[in-house]
Amino acid sequence: MYRGLGYSTPVAITREEVERVAALARLRLEPAEVERLTADLGHILDAFTRLGQLDTTGVEPTAHVEVLDAPLRADEVTNPPAGDEALANAPARDGRRFRVPKIIE
Amino acid sequence: MSALHELSLREAAARVRRREVSSVDLVRASLARIQAVEAKVDAFLTVGGDAALAAAADVDRRVAAGEDCGPLAGVPVGVKDMISTAGIRTTAGSKILEHFVPSYDATVTARLKKAGAVVVGKLNCDEFAMGSSNENSAYKPARNPWAGDRVPGGSSGGSGASVAALQCHASLGTDTGGSIRLPAAYCGVVGLKPTYGRVSRYGVIAYASSLDQVGPLARDVADAAVMLEAIAGHDPRDSTSSPRPVPAYLSQLEGGVRGLRLGLPREYFVEGMQPEVEAAVREAVRVLEELGAKIEPVSLPHTEHAIATYYLVATAEASANLARYDGVRYGLRTPAKALGEMYDTSRAAGFGAEVKRRIMLGTYALSAGYYDAYYLKAQQVRTLIRRDFDEALKHCHGLVTPVAPTTAFRLGEKTDDPLTMYLSDILTISVNLAGLPGLVVPCGVDRGGLPIGLQVIGRPFDESTVLRIGAAYEGATDWHRRRAPL
Amino acid sequence: MSAHPDIEAVIGLEVHAELLTRAKIFCGCSAAFGGQPNTNVCPICLGMPGVLPVLNRRVVEFAIRAGLATACRIAERSRFARKNYFYPDLPKGYQITQYELPICIGGQIEILLDGDTRKIGLTRIHMEEDTGKNIHDAHGDASLVDFNRSGVPLLEIVSEPEMRTVEEAGAYLRTLRSILQYLEICDGNMEEGSFRCDANVSVRPRGTAALGTKVEVKNMNSFRAVEKAIAFEIVRQSEALRTGEKLRQETRLWDADREETRPMRSKEQAHDYRYFPEPDLLPLVVPEAWVDEVRRAMPELPARRRDRYVRAYGLSPYDADVLTQRKDVADYFEAGLADGAPAKEMANWVMTELLRIVREEKLDDALVIRDWPISAAQLAKLVCLVQAGTINRNTAKGLIPRLRGTATDPEELVRAEGLGQVSDVGALEAAVADVIAKHPAQVAEFRSGKDRVVGFLVGQVMKATKGKGNPQLVQEVLRKALT
Repeated sequence: MYRGLGYSTPVAITREEVERVAALARLRLEPAEVERLTADLGHILDAFTRLGQLDTTGVEPTAHVEVLDAPLRADEVTNPPAGDEALANAPARDGRRFRVPKIIE
Repeated sequence: MSALHELSLREAAARVRRREVSSVDLVRASLARIQAVEAKVDAFLTVGGDAALAAAADVDRRVAAGEDCGPLAGVPVGVKDMISTAGIRTTAGSKILEHFVPSYDATVTARLKKAGAVVVGKLNCDEFAMGSSNENSAYKPARNPWAGDRVPGGSSGGSGASVAALQCHASLGTDTGGSIRLPAAYCGVVGLKPTYGRVSRYGVIAYASSLDQVGPLARDVADAAVMLEAIAGHDPRDSTSSPRPVPAYLSQLEGGVRGLRLGLPREYFVEGMQPEVEAAVREAVRVLEELGAKIEPVSLPHTEHAIATYYLVATAEASANLARYDGVRYGLRTPAKALGEMYDTSRAAGFGAEVKRRIMLGTYALSAGYYDAYYLKAQQVRTLIRRDFDEALKHCHGLVTPVAPTTAFRLGEKTDDPLTMYLSDILTISVNLAGLPGLVVPCGVDRGGLPIGLQVIGRPFDESTVLRIGAAYEGATDWHRRRAPL
Repeated sequence: MSAHPDIEAVIGLEVHAELLTRAKIFCGCSAAFGGQPNTNVCPICLGMPGVLPVLNRRVVEFAIRAGLATACRIAERSRFARKNYFYPDLPKGYQITQYELPICIGGQIEILLDGDTRKIGLTRIHMEEDTGKNIHDAHGDASLVDFNRSGVPLLEIVSEPEMRTVEEAGAYLRTLRSILQYLEICDGNMEEGSFRCDANVSVRPRGTAALGTKVEVKNMNSFRAVEKAIAFEIVRQSEALRTGEKLRQETRLWDADREETRPMRSKEQAHDYRYFPEPDLLPLVVPEAWVDEVRRAMPELPARRRDRYVRAYGLSPYDADVLTQRKDVADYFEAGLADGAPAKEMANWVMTELLRIVREEKLDDALVIRDWPISAAQLAKLVCLVQAGTINRNTAKGLIPRLRGTATDPEELVRAEGLGQVSDVGALEAAVADVIAKHPAQVAEFRSGKDRVVGFLVGQVMKATKGKGNPQLVQEVLRKALT
């Protein structure tokens, strides 16, 4: 089993899909990276095809490991107004606001 | 007489309580030891220095005034750099947080401090806890104290190496797929991943929300028990933390293993295991049998699907958890004329290759058209894996397994092919998927002197039994007393 | 009304309502509007590393209230989900919302239009967190972000695409807002952004079942804007349908200056949000007992109250609707009835006098009016005095500003100042005779057929009686004397 998780033919994940996913994840990739990732992801996904062959009809997806109900908190303001610590790690600020390059709509 | 840094955590705390030794002395000894051997292990990303000494002095003042400063009073501990420490840089092993200083403590940090511990530094780890060897740290790899050309395991490599190198009396790590247990095994120390929900995740930089847990690495089981008692318990700030009361683990270690049924899952003795590893584990099992445990063969038939399940669930959750690193409110920001460019270049510059790979995989697994086939499917298989354990643990009080197919591998040996690296986790990953507690104790060395670990997996929230089994094994063996030749 | 009689519009509305809880949905920061930027914030609503959400129970309570008020099924188990996208005002890079298992399902809102009631179906109501706010900096090359609003709780209320006209959409929106205000869970202020609306508009040939291409319309900041935007879209889409031009499924923004919708320029219109269940929050369980508790504490809702006014007081549906649109106004009206005022007259005075002042002074900006220009008891007394003929309408009107801010009994005031209406026929005859004598020209005009001039003469009699003449009697006596 340890060695058995090798791959035969890589799953077709295309360059285009890799670029689409990189855009969703907001990662700028160099062309070499795109190529490497296309190969890596293809191999990894191929190794996962056996998962698809398992019969999981009627099996509930695990949402949480322990079966508990959501804890709730009281509607109370427990935080004092924030001081400078809120902005202490800001890469750029304008007074008490965070500053970012303009958003092009 | 042993040097201060050689004392066990319990012994160090006892001496502070009895005022035989000051916390400042303990911290000085720890800092000296860190300096002495750090070039060989690279376990620390940030060393506390003055802040630690000031905290130690404070403990000393309060002890002198007759106060009970807690079970860890005055003892130097290390904290993995995935765990927030107020006022101390917390990087997650990544360049994207190179200068990030949180204004808040993680709950576990606060609890350690409340128990009197002194945080002496932040420990090296794989970037965002993604890795099995600490080679993915954006700063420097950590190294195994037993052999400098070997990995200490990951992702809590610094946590394992620092304890094995006697730089601190115990450390905190995090474990999402084996990240406490693998370094514990490779470094020859005790490591515990608690049941999911046993320890608060508030303030712990998230990798995979439904898998992450914080746990101790220590020199023996009793030290690990003291650490667990200090950090475990319900936290109103973590909705997934369990409200179950915390047992007094330290006082429950003595029971022995007579009458316990321990399962041996056949799927965990994998093809291609290093023979010495298998031999050491089987010998450990024999010792447990001699001590009165009943060993039974069990089967966890879905084990072969664990890696795929893990790498789909964990990366999907991680892809969302790491979206906040966008350069807006904190973290690395590269100069850009427009917002989109800022996001794309900051994240590209700030994240390493493995992190990018996992973000890409996770994003893909969740994206339109693939959600059902990958993420949803994986969560369903996760249920099947849990059911395997539920079934086996109905009859058995615990399961014993090896921790890894081999002892510590060489730096650079597995970095070419990510899939090969992923396979290091094969024996630890399912325990996270099932949310169960897992303890590692040293149980041997290979002919090169590299440590071998034994894993004990328990029922949900039954850390007491797991620790008891570990303690019984320690009582009959010497592996935990061996010291790395630094 | 759609642009072409043979084309039918299909309209659905999505409303985001900011909830009036004290604290935010997942952290203990204040949810109050305003304040210095980035002061009502903490590591949780700033999305710092390692933070976790904990759900505010009052948000759930408000969601249950909204669901009960709109006849939804309250889900016993519901879940939160992550909606993933990047934007500076979204600190975690995902919004915690509800996706597959919302807290309220189904339901409907009854609207009153042109005297008829119609039920508009709801698809769902769910809870989610609001984002921060971006503003453009003065030079235009940067954006500035304030996270005070990040984490403020929202209810998203989604209607079925069952509206067919702009009027229906307007009525739906007003009714929904009224309901939320009655429940005191949202102040319904569109201009301030506590009540936001997006519209989904499509058209199809009348009589067909298939839905046309759906266009989402955003950026409407008032009720009027919603109505205009929908009207514009219906016309635009109907034209396209008529000429056979293909419509794009897209998001368009309402341009209030140009009074038109324009496509969003962003090329990423179609987002892949990659929804998945939120692992940091456990499934929400709402037991029947909690729903019952909320149900018991619910106020009577606007539609029920309106119908009751029609039945019990004989008010017209229109008048009943005006009175019940705001709970505080309806409460005021009923308080007046409790003090003995007759219903139709009280209704009339509330609608014409009271609400006029309320609107002029923008007292209705508040969610609940507390300082009325005149108390219900005092207004009720005035109404009774007019009804009994003790004073005339004008006198009563004049007393309103004088009673403001006092606890004075109007009857006392009337008595003390002798404001009582003059209904003594003898006295009036004398006054009339006097006026006729003093204005021979107008009298002659009247006798020659100009009936209108009687108004002037009445006015003169009223002046002579210091405004206290019984208007009806004055008319009678005057006309008698003129013939």
